[in-house]
Amino acid sequence: MTRVLILHAPGTNRDREAALACALAGGGPEVVHLNQLLSGERNLLDYGFLVLPGGFSYGDDLGAGTLWALALRERLGEALHRFVEDGRPVLGICNGFQALVKAGLLPGLDGGREAGEAAGRQATLTRNRSARFECRWVYLRPEPGSVCLFTRGLPGPLYVPVAHGEGNFVPRELPLIEELRARGQIALTYVDAEGRPAGYPDNPNGSAGNVAGICNPAGNVLGLMPHPEDHILPHQHPRWTRGESGGLGLPIFASGVQAGR
Amino acid sequence: MRYRVIVGSAPGQTDPRGAGLCAEIATLGIEGASEAQTFDLYFLEGDIDDDAVEYLARELLADPVVQRYRWERLNGAPREEPLEAGTWAVEVCLLPGVTDAVAESLLAGARLLGVGGLTWAATGQRYLLRGRLSEAEVHRIARSLLCNEVIQQYRLGPILPARTAVRRDDVWVERIPLRAASPEELARLSRERLLSLDGAEMAAIQRYFAAAGRDPTDVELETLAQTWSEHCVHKTFKAVVDYEEYEGDRLVRQERIDGLLRSFIRAATERIAAPWVRSAFVDNAGIIDLDENLEVSFKVETHNHPSALEPFGGANTGVGGVVRDIIGVSARPIANTDVLCFGPTDLPFAALPAGVLHPRRVYSGVVAGIEDYGNKMGIPTVNGAILFHPGYTANPLVYCGCLGIAPKGRHRKQARPGDRVVVIGGRTGRDGLHGATFSSAELTHETGAVAGGAVQIGNPITEKLVLEAVLEARDRGLYTAITDCGAGGLSSAVGEMGREVGATVQLEQVPLKYQGLRPWEIWLSEAQERMVLAVPPEHVEELLEVCRRWDVEATVIGTFRSDRRLVVRYGSEVVADLDMEFLHEGLPRRELRAVWRRDVPADPGRLPPTDPGELLLRLLADPDIASKESVIRRYDHEVQGATVVKPLVGRRNDGPGDATVLLPLAALWPEGAARAPSDGGQPALALGCGLAPRFGMRDPYAMAWAAIDEAIRNVVAVGADPDRIALLDNFCWGSPQRPEQMGALVQAARACYDAALAYGTPFISGKDSLNNEYGDGAGGRIAIPPTLLISSLGLLPDVRLAVTMDVKECGNALYIVGLTRHELGESYLQRYLKLEGGRVPQPSPEGPALARALHAAMRRGLVRACHDLSEGGLAVAAAEMALAGEAGLHLDLRQVPRGDDADEDLVLLFAESNARYLVEVRPGDEPAFVEVMAGLPCARIGQVERIPHLVVTGLSGREVLNLPVRSLRRAWKGEAKA
Repeated sequence: MTRVLILHAPGTNRDREAALACALAGGGPEVVHLNQLLSGERNLLDYGFLVLPGGFSYGDDLGAGTLWALALRERLGEALHRFVEDGRPVLGICNGFQALVKAGLLPGLDGGREAGEAAGRQATLTRNRSARFECRWVYLRPEPGSVCLFTRGLPGPLYVPVAHGEGNFVPRELPLIEELRARGQIALTYVDAEGRPAGYPDNPNGSAGNVAGICNPAGNVLGLMPHPEDHILPHQHPRWTRGESGGLGLPIFASGVQAGR
Repeated sequence: MRYRVIVGSAPGQTDPRGAGLCAEIATLGIEGASEAQTFDLYFLEGDIDDDAVEYLARELLADPVVQRYRWERLNGAPREEPLEAGTWAVEVCLLPGVTDAVAESLLAGARLLGVGGLTWAATGQRYLLRGRLSEAEVHRIARSLLCNEVIQQYRLGPILPARTAVRRDDVWVERIPLRAASPEELARLSRERLLSLDGAEMAAIQRYFAAAGRDPTDVELETLAQTWSEHCVHKTFKAVVDYEEYEGDRLVRQERIDGLLRSFIRAATERIAAPWVRSAFVDNAGIIDLDENLEVSFKVETHNHPSALEPFGGANTGVGGVVRDIIGVSARPIANTDVLCFGPTDLPFAALPAGVLHPRRVYSGVVAGIEDYGNKMGIPTVNGAILFHPGYTANPLVYCGCLGIAPKGRHRKQARPGDRVVVIGGRTGRDGLHGATFSSAELTHETGAVAGGAVQIGNPITEKLVLEAVLEARDRGLYTAITDCGAGGLSSAVGEMGREVGATVQLEQVPLKYQGLRPWEIWLSEAQERMVLAVPPEHVEELLEVCRRWDVEATVIGTFRSDRRLVVRYGSEVVADLDMEFLHEGLPRRELRAVWRRDVPADPGRLPPTDPGELLLRLLADPDIASKESVIRRYDHEVQGATVVKPLVGRRNDGPGDATVLLPLAALWPEGAARAPSDGGQPALALGCGLAPRFGMRDPYAMAWAAIDEAIRNVVAVGADPDRIALLDNFCWGSPQRPEQMGALVQAARACYDAALAYGTPFISGKDSLNNEYGDGAGGRIAIPPTLLISSLGLLPDVRLAVTMDVKECGNALYIVGLTRHELGESYLQRYLKLEGGRVPQPSPEGPALARALHAAMRRGLVRACHDLSEGGLAVAAAEMALAGEAGLHLDLRQVPRGDDADEDLVLLFAESNARYLVEVRPGDEPAFVEVMAGLPCARIGQVERIPHLVVTGLSGREVLNLPVRSLRRAWKGEAKA
């Protein structure tokens, strides 16, 4: 059984949903506190699949994910880079996505550790265009040409909630979006109910290119703002009382569990 | 060395906060602002150099993609920079001693980056305002939008935050010469020290110390004032009440009531004696069974006074406080609720009473405070209401509720002699002194200036860590009792936990935010995010280890005794030594006078000719009734993945659900993993609420009944079993010293008893917030409308039974359940037609039978949609069902079961009679549905239509209303016409 490490930083709060999702997807999840990794009580490299769940790590006090990214970079950098370079799957959701971007692991174009430092940062996740935290359900299209191991082979769009105030994906230079697309690094985009690219509120935060999730060039690290772990059972669908279903986020976790074997 | 770092948007990047600010300035009536820019300020101090500051700014403080930074070394005051003409700079920072969570994170981040020399940090904001603005206007913008001088300060130009002043008092512990004091001197003492104790109470304290042969210390006096405060001990609800009821001048009822709580609220719970109630009125929260393995706890608090002064911080710590109540029963919080009452948001500034914040500002601050705490703790905010009334302008109401879940049998609540007193979580500062006594005082035009210390900002992340540490300690069995440090601080927490055994506390052991606190300040401080645990000596090491792992500070500060004495020491000095029996039982019982004059409604006569369609559109746009989507979406209502019926429902996820349904799974991880079959089938929880303050001025009995009826209807409408509903009562009232206010309270409490018994729904917890009055300093007084919030917690035997209010399929039949009476008093119809008098909705005796029959129909799967009828009556409910389901409805008023005098279309459409529902039934299920409802007022009044119009046939047989659903939706959502 794939051992899944659900990394809990101070302020993480969607770790239990992620653990439940991994369990339903056939994995063996364990919620591990960052302090347990730092003290050596647990070793990242003993696990096959790493999930950075949502929440407000360190209160998001200096920008979402900033301090968590710093902790990853300064204290866990070595192990994390080995984990990624081994090709083991890493999934960052919401705050976890923000941390992966700010730690330089996403989009990870140059692959170097310096990418984590500010000067090398290629993109960021910043305040929503609406200037507000927003919680709403969104449709996500798996991009057909993506190299991402989590979204490859997804049958159709996902239907999952977002809940964030800083999910606006902004590249340092606009051509980055095209470059990411060309390399297959755009994994998920916001679309409307009919599957077409659309503006607010289908794109809830104003992200460039309707980007909802991106992966690293190798495809084993995925970050996304929406919450696939909050739609793993049919009764979580907002309109199940109307007989509607589908768009479960569970396959994302199943792919991670599969790849982490 | 001291530095200042300024971070702003990079060229070409948007500044959403600045754009929002410009719009808000326009709402002040100031037209000249053409642009606003926002910046974050950081002040850094310590053994750091230019390189270190450059490094911190680059790596930590500014986002390299969308922001730019600059910094300057500070030698004395920051330098003024020349601004172009027409530009104003406003800078804001916190006052010393106010929690600055960002600064704490900054210090932690600097340590991670290896910048160890940084010893102090503070944050602030800088605003650049451009346009045609006078200096006076800029001051007004600063005071109205940018800065709240209760917790912040501002300058038109560079600001420099002061470091926390270490106050050195000459006095350490004061002895108060109480024994020799005259009654007048006792009264003055109570007033000057903000004790909020009356003459009889001060005299009781005087007698106690006379017998002891000494005068009290300030620590002892403060401890007594806190323990005996209205907030902590509910004197009014326990008082003996002499009640007189008049009809005109004739005395029709006279009685002596042995306490409202005992005679009405608890009496209802005791008489109902539901076997599934595990704990009512004794612990931090009420507790009921969910199933054989799990229990559910629920508590609702108010945080009105702090929210009036500092809306963000008041609501923020209100949420934090009620969440700690749930942690205090060893449960994991799974949902928050928030019910808010504000003054009208379009109130002219000229009409604002002195010293009062504008309702719009209170509204936005309160919502932001709730959002911040709930979202950051990862607790979904799933239920609530927002109402507006001029009576709430000076006294806004902020009700914060929290629901928790726990495995049965793990919560422990009896400290034993020898157990250690352990305080965990946040540090203690001079924040929140006198909160318990302040909450019982009347607000005045200068309260903000004198009671600033009672208002605080929370730190939800600290509380999240405390939560995780407590639950781990619970599962390891490391404590024998736990309670939160709320109003009254350590004094209240230790005093309660040690009630039966006594305790010794060493104040010098309490971790402080800064030095210089006097013993009574440490003891009474209401600093946030603290819990107190009773820990057997053999578990202390393990508990400290658990806390360390969660980055939670934990300190042993004392020991529980066996002699029922409360001994507080600072080092070797005894600063308080009180008998627990006197502390908890020495309070003289209050005697209060209550007078009630029965409402004799004027006959409003026939209604003026009115177009029902036009009236419906106006009601849908009324702030009380209109969509609250803009607020609901700011609350994370999905976190924990349990929200299976969401606050917003329907075809476009935007219709007004009656109640939320929760299926907690992830909250139980890892034990709950086995509870997650994909086909549902488990019991689920429904959360609803009811309040009807509009009826309160005229008929508080009817008001309370209507609130209970609505709270029950809400959860029944989504599928809860009427025989498994628990209620919470939260009274917000004016001064109980005024006999007519007290009379209204008696009326409402009596309705609580009668309605709870009629429905068989026990109360499991309740709170009261009294003295919600405002004195303008010139003898004028404004009291709030008597407001009772009823929160309901229902159980669905099977989550698959859940029903939503949006109509589902064309061709289905619509049934109205319940009787419509000529009850228009204080209705929205009367408000819009400017009519007075008329009967307010009275209890419907058929309500309980209707709820049970409707539930039986739901259990048989006969109900496709169900919506309760409340504000705006049948017309509004039908419009909401149509717009949520995006389908047409055709209704025929001739079929509506009605009272004899309900003989007008407007009455049938807009009366707000209790105990009514609108139900959608499939044609094939109609015979079965009719059979289940047999003998009860219930009739088919129409059907769901493909053509998306709401069409109503009147009593005359003619069409009286025909509106496109699109128009209803626009009115209700406040969208401009396309």
